[in-house]
Formats: sequence, structure tokens, C-alpha cells
Amino acid sequence: MVVPSLAPCMDSNNWGAEMAQKKTGLVSLEEGGFAIFLVLLAFVCIIIAGKTFDQVMAFHAGLGALFAAVSVFMIFKNYFDDGGEPIPAEINGKPNYNIGPIKFGAVAAMFWGVAGFLVGLIIALQLAWPALNFDLPWTNFGRLRPLHTSAVIFAFGGNVLLATSMYVVQRTCRVRMPGKILPWFVILGYNAFIVIAGTGYLLGATQSKEYAEPEWYADLWLTVVWVLYLLLFLGTLWKRKEPHIYVANWFYLAFIVTIALLHVTNNLTIPVSIYSTKSYIVWAGVQDAMVQWWYGHNAVGFFLTAGFLAIMYYFIPKRAERPVYSYRLSIVHFWALIFIYIWAGPHHLHYTALPQWASTLGATFSIILWMPSWGGMINGLMTLSGAWDKLRTDPVLRMMVVSVAFYGMSTFEGPLMSLRSVNSLSHYTDWTIGHVHSGALGWVGYISFGALYCLIPWLWNKKSLYSLKLVNWHFWLSTLGIVLYITAMWVSGIMQGLMWRAYDNLGFLEYSFVETVEAMHPFYIIRALGGALFVLGSLIMAYNLWMTVRHGEAEEADTTPAGSLAPAE
Amino acid sequence: MNETYSAFAGFAQTWGLIYFMIMFGIVLAYVMWPKNRKKFDDAAQIPFRED
Repeated sequence: MVVPSLAPCMDSNNWGAEMAQKKTGLVSLEEGGFAIFLVLLAFVCIIIAGKTFDQVMAFHAGLGALFAAVSVFMIFKNYFDDGGEPIPAEINGKPNYNIGPIKFGAVAAMFWGVAGFLVGLIIALQLAWPALNFDLPWTNFGRLRPLHTSAVIFAFGGNVLLATSMYVVQRTCRVRMPGKILPWFVILGYNAFIVIAGTGYLLGATQSKEYAEPEWYADLWLTVVWVLYLLLFLGTLWKRKEPHIYVANWFYLAFIVTIALLHVTNNLTIPVSIYSTKSYIVWAGVQDAMVQWWYGHNAVGFFLTAGFLAIMYYFIPKRAERPVYSYRLSIVHFWALIFIYIWAGPHHLHYTALPQWASTLGATFSIILWMPSWGGMINGLMTLSGAWDKLRTDPVLRMMVVSVAFYGMSTFEGPLMSLRSVNSLSHYTDWTIGHVHSGALGWVGYISFGALYCLIPWLWNKKSLYSLKLVNWHFWLSTLGIVLYITAMWVSGIMQGLMWRAYDNLGFLEYSFVETVEAMHPFYIIRALGGALFVLGSLIMAYNLWMTVRHGEAEEADTTPAGSLAPAE
Repeated sequence: MNETYSAFAGFAQTWGLIYFMIMFGIVLAYVMWPKNRKKFDDAAQIPFRED
């Protein structure tokens, strides 16, 4: 036997002996496979970085090589640290849930959230005072706007969805998710995509497709990550101990599968060269527009709706300590929503080269969507029936319930705006921006905040949040912010639309374009004020969560042996 | 071209409608089936059954 020495082992013999002693198993197929893939990736990245004439490509390829190399190092470090021992799927008969990647996702969500809201505030201020772009290419509105939308939707929302889906699917299947490297690869790979996409926008690399701006190489990487995410999710369902698949998992699965389909179809591009960031889409003209908005609207339907409905169906019952109002309605909600949403995209292209029948089809399906949307909203809200008093005492639950109310409001407004006659007034105006933000800040934002307020104490094993009072402050500040935001945009948008279509009695346009811009200035200031309140709220939240993790009171360890009954009081 | 369009539109407006109604009918029958009631009541409790 080799006695482990405390002195640093300098000679190779000793080092090898210690290694041999520590490791009990060989590198698993999973570890080896990921390591080989990442090593090859690092080499490809280095070759591209060396040969490219495109500075952005050189930067991104360098970044890719760095990420890949660090990941390979982490795989082997981890392997030598735990001696290649397999992680037990169960401890004392209880599932040994994998929470490391979920913790990372939750922290990343909070970080990207604050960053994304802040960039939103900056561009809102730029619209009110254009000098704030400082005449620099990297900070102009055209580059910061996709940075804002991607940061809040894909970075904040995406990390919330990844983290909660990994948590919910494990808990409701009562099984540890498969793989040792796989879950980490999914969450870190996704965040690497975010970094590549975001820095690309600032440096000017973009496909110019709304919500699908990242260029071909970032898209390719996301495809790899997403397919592995799907396999991870399916693998967990496959291993489940609970025979029934809980409704939240159905919504998560629809979100993952549909986003894979949408992402691949809308990004079928051919790069100019493997050394270039630039690519061209295979579709032309109106076909490209139709595919883009089929993608764009279903990004709303399946990323921002189905995924977050999964959060609603798990976290509201958990927090309210009551089962969902009607499980049967949730099944009807699911199938109706996924069957109908996929057709609504053409309503983004009224009065364009798109044939009228297609735009009518999109509007018709949008109207039909009222039914599943409101069915789902009622199901979420009525879960509180008999427990409405909790809204007074629990600001986290209040946040989630207000979120569902915003879901109802924006899914009522959306179909209305999809009608051609309403759209002729609302399209291209600030009304659209207001509508999007009532859904994004109210529905997606609040349900995510609620989920994170629940999740952080659970993950770090804390009794409760650091301060419910601060949650209250967050709630009221950001609610005021949202109200200021959407009312300002309603007034500004409708005014803008009416000014554009105003004619004098000789048939000339009554207002020049710049007059409409001038008229909107006060509303832009009000909107920025609303945004500032929302950012302030998110900072309070970040502080509160930080203090929960650092100083929260630990949950008592569960000492009762599994299966034993607690004595009656 | 126009004939293709009307053929497509006609197909979608009749068979598409019937297809959607049938799918909806199947889902409704599945959720309302008296025998499934217990299963769904039980499934609603899944979030509270964790270890």
C-alpha cells in the first residue's frame, strides 16, 4: 500500500501511485465521449480562429476554444476528485436529486435578469434622449435592442426554464436525472450560447431575424445543446418512479420539442464560409417572412407560454399547498393550446406580400386561442379557491397570482390585435411594445420571480426567504413600473397610429413623421420611469435571494427515518 | 393556381375542421371518462408526494 503523502508529489512515480489509489473506475463512456467531443471542438475553434479574416469570428472561435478546453479540464478534475465513483441514484431509499446544475441555472437567471432589465432601461432612455447612445457603434439602439430582448427572453427566461424544468421533472418523477456530465453540459452549454450570442450583437454579428439574431455557428451550438436537453428530459421521464407524468412535464416537453423544431427550421442558413460570421437563409422573400413569424409567434407560444405554464402548474399548487383546481381542465388546456398556437404566426404579416387567406388563418387561430388561454388562466387562479387569504400574507404567491392575471390580460389583448382591422391601427406602433411587455414583465417576469423565490430556499435548504417584506417592496415597485409602462405605451401607440392615418380635407397626411416622434416624447419618459422601477425591484430581489443563500436559517435535517409516522400531537 | 388554392382552402375548411373537432372530442372524452376520474385526482397530488 502506498501511504498518501501530504507533501506535494513531485516525482512521477508517486503521482501515478496516488492516482491509481484514488481512482477505482475507468473514465465512463459519458465522460470520455464529452471529453473527446470538446477536445475536437477546441481544435476546430483554434483552426478557425487562426485562419479567419473576420475579427468577430476570431473572437468567438477563441472564446469557444477556451470554453471547450476549460470544460475538458473540469471533466477530468471532477473524475480525479471523486475517483470515478458513480453517484448513487438513491440515498437511504430516497432519490438523490441532482441540484448542482439547477443552482447554477437559478443564479444565472438572476444575473442575466438584472442585466437584461438594465439594458432595457438604457434603450428606453435612449429613445427618450437619443444622445445617450454616445454615437458609438456598440451602444446604438440597433445593437442594444436585440441584446435586451435576448437577455430577458433567452438568458433570463431560458435559465429559469432550464432550472425549473430540471427541478420539477426530477421531483414529480421522484428520480435523479440521468448523467453526470450531461446536465452540466446542458446548463453551461446554454449559457455559453448566451455569451456568444450577446457579444455577437454588440460586435455587429446578426442574422437580422427578430428573436433569432444569433449567427449560424451560435445556432449550430444551440442545436447540439438543445437536443441533449431533450434527451436529458426524456431520460428522466423514462426512469420515473411515478407512473403518471404530471401535467407540468407535458408543458415542459412541448416547450423543448417545439423550440427544437422552430429553431432548426428558422435557422436553415448557409454560411458564406466557415471562417465568416455571415450566413444566408435558404428561404427567399415572403417565404422567409412566413417562416420567421411562424418561429417568432411560436417562440411566444412555446417558450414564453408553454414553458412558463409548466411553472404555473407546479409552483402555484406547491406554494398555495393545494392541488391544481382541475387536473382534467389542465389536460384539455394542454392539448388545445399546442394544437392551436402553432397556426397563429401569420397574424404578424397582415397587409404584406403574404396571401390574405394566410393572414386570415393566423387571425382566426389567434381568436380561437382565447379559449385555451382563459381556460388555463382560470385553472391557475381557481387553484387559490378556499385559500385566497394567503394572498394577503404571502407576497410570493401574490406575485404568481398577479402573473396569471397578466397572462389572462395579455392573451385577451393579443388576439384582439391580431384582427386585421385592429392591426391596421396597432401594427408598427408602441401599442405592440406595450402588449409584449404586459406579457413579458407581468406574466413571464412575475411567474419567474415567484418560481425563483420558491426555488432558492428549497435548493439551498433554507427554511424561508431572508425577508418577505423585501418581496413586498419588489412586488409593489415593479407592479407600479409595469402599470406605468403599459399605460404609457397604450396611449403613445394609439396616438401614433391615429396620427399616421390622419388626413386633412385635401387628402394630404396631416402629420409628418417627426411630429409623431415629438408627440411621443413624454410617454417615452414615463415608460423609462416604469422600467427604472422594474429594475429597482429586480435589484431588491437579487439582494434578498443573496441574503437568503448566505444568511438564511437552515432547514432542520429530516431525522425521522423514512416511512415512519410522526407522533400525533 | 387559383384552382389549387380553392382546392386547398376547401380541404382545410372541411377536413381540417373535422380533424380538429375529432381531436378535441377525443381529449374531452378522455378527461371526462368516469373511470379516469380517480387517476386524475391522484395525479393532481403528485407535487405533494415528494421525498
